Amino acid sequence: MTQQFYVSPEQVMRDRADFARKGIARGRSVVVLCFDAGIALVADNPSRALHKVSEIYDRIAFAAVGKYNEFENLRVAGVRYADLRGYSYDRADVTARGLANAYAQTLGSVFTTESKPLEVEILVAEVGATSEDDEIYRLTYDGSVADERGAVVVGGAADALAGVLAEGWRPELRLADALALARRVLATDPADPSAGPRRDLPGSSLEVAVLERGLPRRSFRRIHGDLLERLLSEDDPTVDAPRAPDLLAPARAPGHPGLPDDTPSSPDEGPGA
Amino acid sequence: MPATPGPPLPGGPAGRLPAPFHVPGTASFTDFVGSHDPSLLPGRRPLPPGGALAPGLDPPHATTIVALTYPGGVVMAGDRRATAGSMIAHREIEKVFPADTHSCVGIAGTAGIAVEMVRLFQVELEHFEKIEGAVLSLDGKANRLSTMVRGNLGLAMQGLAVVPLFAGYDLAGRRGRIFSYDVTGGRYEERGHHSVGSGSVFARGALKKLHRPTRGVDEAVATAVEALHDAADDDSATGGSDLVRGIHPVVAVVDAAGYRRVPDARVAEVVRGVLDARAAERQEEDRS
Repeated sequence: MTQQFYVSPEQVMRDRADFARKGIARGRSVVVLCFDAGIALVADNPSRALHKVSEIYDRIAFAAVGKYNEFENLRVAGVRYADLRGYSYDRADVTARGLANAYAQTLGSVFTTESKPLEVEILVAEVGATSEDDEIYRLTYDGSVADERGAVVVGGAADALAGVLAEGWRPELRLADALALARRVLATDPADPSAGPRRDLPGSSLEVAVLERGLPRRSFRRIHGDLLERLLSEDDPTVDAPRAPDLLAPARAPGHPGLPDDTPSSPDEGPGA
Repeated sequence: MPATPGPPLPGGPAGRLPAPFHVPGTASFTDFVGSHDPSLLPGRRPLPPGGALAPGLDPPHATTIVALTYPGGVVMAGDRRATAGSMIAHREIEKVFPADTHSCVGIAGTAGIAVEMVRLFQVELEHFEKIEGAVLSLDGKANRLSTMVRGNLGLAMQGLAVVPLFAGYDLAGRRGRIFSYDVTGGRYEERGHHSVGSGSVFARGALKKLHRPTRGVDEAVATAVEALHDAADDDSATGGSDLVRGIHPVVAVVDAAGYRRVPDARVAEVVRGVLDARAAERQEEDRS
């Protein structure tokens, strides 16, 4: 019979927490911040295919740092949770709070019962009818939940960057200013946050998405390419993303684009071309 | 009879999301629900013993849907009547729904089951889009609907059939396309126009004569309304426009920009135009 060494429960938990924290700190950061017309999610992520921010439901988005396979699994679980809830009740009954609770239970239970904690930190954001109703929840590897207001940064050296973000954030920021602030935070050297941006972050190495306020249905939208460059450029006058027409809105709702023009166009030069 | 299972709240050990939520691989909402709680799916519930539906049990039926293409996309329209036997069960039921941003689905058959099927279909398409980060091809969407109709075959044999009509804008081929179905899940692509439901025979006759595939969207909308009025003229289960209550057919347009419902005021104008033209024709006949 093998002799088992006694390890105190405090030590076990501490080791697990250290392990998870180290894994999370190795990655790059993600910033989620409210602006005047919604919530922006900005990740330092050059990949076009492997997303760190994504859509969960009509007004709910997900941002994560840490191990990709682990947070991808949680993202899929979140989409399933939200779609199942919306299908069996109603679309209005899917809330970020419910999702954050489900995530917290899952993360906490993995942390205490399984041999390895999940090396992830998650943000769940829900855009409200007004900026006071916006909700951002931060979930850590051990299942603890924090209700964040306004702006939050996770992953990498988040503690050092939080000061820079808090200093620059105001509730009435326009989208272009919010993105500029997020880029400044992500480019800051965590060893010396007061020295300003240390490296150059082009638009192509940022993953950006917004939750637009006031849309009746899906309000998550990715911003990339030309529009992102124009928003990030200091010389360009663009400060807001043009509002997308909400095609699934009921005919009487604001934002309904009405009928298309009655101009027959041949299929080979369709209006989408 | 077993007790109806409660709503599917996450409640595995220690409240964490149960195992089916974490299974990798599938992007299908139906497959996920099937592994988590199959009783939520239409067509997966145990069928009552015995053959046909109990006599006297007459669930509402939804009726005529028409769809036709025009050069920039496709138009779908449905009347507003649901019938239960010889009774009118509902005067303003809606039978044309957006399936996602670039497709729509109209339903004929048992209304309750059909509406549930459409809801599931909508979630299925959105779910795939969110999980995969890509939109299904139009053929892919049509095939998913085919599977759902086939799943309802057991109920169809008991008299609760659902026959949808699916139409959308093919972003790859850049044209509007129409798919029809039979109760066994057979999927057929239609050329130009199609109609389903009890009034479809009459609507199809009208479409055959009136549909000009090279004309614009306004004419396509007017043709759809004409066809529905012809169906309502001869089929008791299809409702015409109710001018007193202001109830008009639901008309949807899908083009490269996506799905949109034609505003009621605009449909009312088109209906008035169609009816005025018929009244004028009638007066002409009387005079001569």
